[in-house]
Amino acid sequence: MRHTIVALMEDRPGVLNRVASLFRRRGFNIDSLAVGHSEAEGISRMTVVVQGDDKTLEQVAKQLHKLVNVTKVFDLNGSSVSRELALVKVHATPANRSEVIGLASIFRANIVDVSSDSLIVEITGTEDKIESLLELLRPYGVQELTRTGVVALARG
Amino acid sequence: MELTGAQMVWECLIREGVDVVFGYPGGSIIDTYDAMIDYPIRHVLVRHEQGAAHAADGYARSTGKVGVCIATSGPGATNLVTGIATAYMDSVPMVAITGQVSTAVLGRDGFQETDITGITLPITKHNFLVSEISELPQAFIEAFHIARTGRPGPVLIDLPRNVAMSKAEFSYPDKVDLPGYRPTQRGNVRQLRMAAELLNAAARPLIIAGGGVNRAGAFEALAALAEKYRAPVAMTLLGIGGFPQSHPRSLGFMGMHGAASANMAVDKADLVLAVGMRFSDRVTGKASAWAPNAKIVHIDVDPAEVGKNVAPTVPIVGDANLVLQQLLPLVQPCEFEPWWSLIDEWRQEERSRDILKHETEELLPPFVVSRISALTEGQAMMVSDVGQNQMWEAQYYSHDLPRSLCTSGGLGTMGYGIPAAMGVQVGNPDKQVWMVAGDGGTQMTLNQWGTIAQEKLPIKMAILNNGYLGMVRQWQQMFFSSRYAATPIGSPDFVRLAEAYGIPGLIVTTREEVDDAIRAAIAHPGPFIIEFRVKGEENVYPMVPAGQTVREMIRRPLPSERCLPEEAK
Ligand SMILES: Cc1ncc(C[n+]2csc(CCOP(=O)(O)OP(=O)(O)O)c2C)c(N)n1
Ligand SMILES: [Mg+2]
Repeated sequence: MRHTIVALMEDRPGVLNRVASLFRRRGFNIDSLAVGHSEAEGISRMTVVVQGDDKTLEQVAKQLHKLVNVTKVFDLNGSSVSRELALVKVHATPANRSEVIGLASIFRANIVDVSSDSLIVEITGTEDKIESLLELLRPYGVQELTRTGVVALARG
Repeated sequence: MELTGAQMVWECLIREGVDVVFGYPGGSIIDTYDAMIDYPIRHVLVRHEQGAAHAADGYARSTGKVGVCIATSGPGATNLVTGIATAYMDSVPMVAITGQVSTAVLGRDGFQETDITGITLPITKHNFLVSEISELPQAFIEAFHIARTGRPGPVLIDLPRNVAMSKAEFSYPDKVDLPGYRPTQRGNVRQLRMAAELLNAAARPLIIAGGGVNRAGAFEALAALAEKYRAPVAMTLLGIGGFPQSHPRSLGFMGMHGAASANMAVDKADLVLAVGMRFSDRVTGKASAWAPNAKIVHIDVDPAEVGKNVAPTVPIVGDANLVLQQLLPLVQPCEFEPWWSLIDEWRQEERSRDILKHETEELLPPFVVSRISALTEGQAMMVSDVGQNQMWEAQYYSHDLPRSLCTSGGLGTMGYGIPAAMGVQVGNPDKQVWMVAGDGGTQMTLNQWGTIAQEKLPIKMAILNNGYLGMVRQWQQMFFSSRYAATPIGSPDFVRLAEAYGIPGLIVTTREEVDDAIRAAIAHPGPFIIEFRVKGEENVYPMVPAGQTVREMIRRPLPSERCLPEEAK
């Protein structure tokens, strides 16, 4: 079972290292991790997607909470909005360039760079949406891919 | 007033009530040592920094106060690591201060630079790298607060040399600023009520005291509960000293080498009240089959311990002392009659297997420990090392005083004994301190005899010399067809070696000499060692093999059973 856990933490040197070290030491499997500023000054917000049963998940949350610099931990599995951004460099020649652009536009993805033999596609959405586009782009040749990891907010 | 960072260190320590530190100087910490001379703080110079951490640990466990150790950067800091990890596993309040290279060279592999905050990340409750003098007082007040509150643990402060040398106005903060750290103190009232319902409905209850009872100082609260509720109390290794061994409700020590009766009580109990324990594998064996008939009420100050290893029926997060006090009025007295009779049967059977009841001419370690117990009347502060000696100490010393055993449980650190005993003696100058160790563990840290002699610490050290790394040998005998790979170990003449340090001692080879030697040690005003040349291949019984259950418990053979294999040969 996959869960999205959010941790708020003081924005200080070494805090991310503490979190990463904890995941490794306790053997938690993480699918993705994204950190950035939150609405509060000096507080970073980390979104982690973890695999595991309820017991593992409870341990992840509790162990995170034990870190002195972590101020709040919650599970975002109820009603929430989650998004990820990916940049994909796809092989595209003048001959098939418009096909690739066509696919991207179906997904409301942007073309952010064009060169003679490749395109960079920027897509934002749920992980599923990104996966689907990638699936379609692969036959053309995905040269490079970078994903931000999921970020999420509870609705309402 | 303007102070240097080095001076601030001592100002902060004094404000935290520290009067002794255990340490070893060096280049990166030299400024801090220089400032120390002007402050009323005792410094105990150890012979290896591992010993400084263990001494701070022994000081902390035996007094309940925060122990402090100090070392230089690089090798000084890395030498602390085993001691910090030992304290972390057993939730011991400690502050470790390390010197660090100046911030200008930090990260560039300067001389004696190690990333000690990185290294100790997983073995400290928290750590600080003080990169500016303005952060120094806050780091100290927070370090002590974190070390001693909630679930206690070691905290490290890394102090770059330029910070120690720079100057600033000093004022000690009056409060900590830790929005992410608010340990729960009192138990939730609803949970308490649910727990009390279970307790009041139980027919075969068992209270288990873990290390949390010692850490929280919950001695009176636990005794009051046991006396009102009339349930038996067993102790984990770290729980020893949490409840008087000689109390009629005490079942003694449980777990892998715990009393058979205590382990059987766990197996048959219909309710376990687990106080301040973490269900370590040395306590539970196979966790899924542990206390199979029992509902479990788990009191612990660390919410992450709830359900980590064993899922409780009712968890109560809070300080063991406060929660037990809250629970007391909710619990009704009960006789638990058939239950106590059953327990008494087990205890009787256990006594018949006790090695002390058997006729033997051999010098057996349990006999030695039981004599130390008798001649010190169970009133000594005990320290044990790791191995068979540790288990025999736990089984045969009748601990009646709170916090009267310091031993490395979670990490099982050989070499802990001698340096930890230094801390215990420094923290308890008027009490008699005894240390029990094996020949192996003694040789790991006997360099600290230099410190013991220099500081005139009147510690009595009993070395149970069996010529083996005994606990490993026992496993080899039981589970590896007696292939003794690297377990026979030679020793120096311990008494002559101690003499070289100015510490007198005696060698004991027969049962008849035991009492006189112990009396001589007690009568001697300074440190004293006794080397007991005990039987080599003696085993610790009973034993629940790792990962197994009470049903697989290996018992000491009865005298009649013991004869059989010999005759068959
Ligand atoms: C630092 C360290 N190294 C290795 C071990 C593994 N170990 C556990 S008990 C033991 C034997 C201890 O021998 P000794 O000190 O003579 O005590 P005995 O068991 O004979 O009483 C060993 C090697 C350990 N616990 N700690
Ligand atoms: Mg030995």
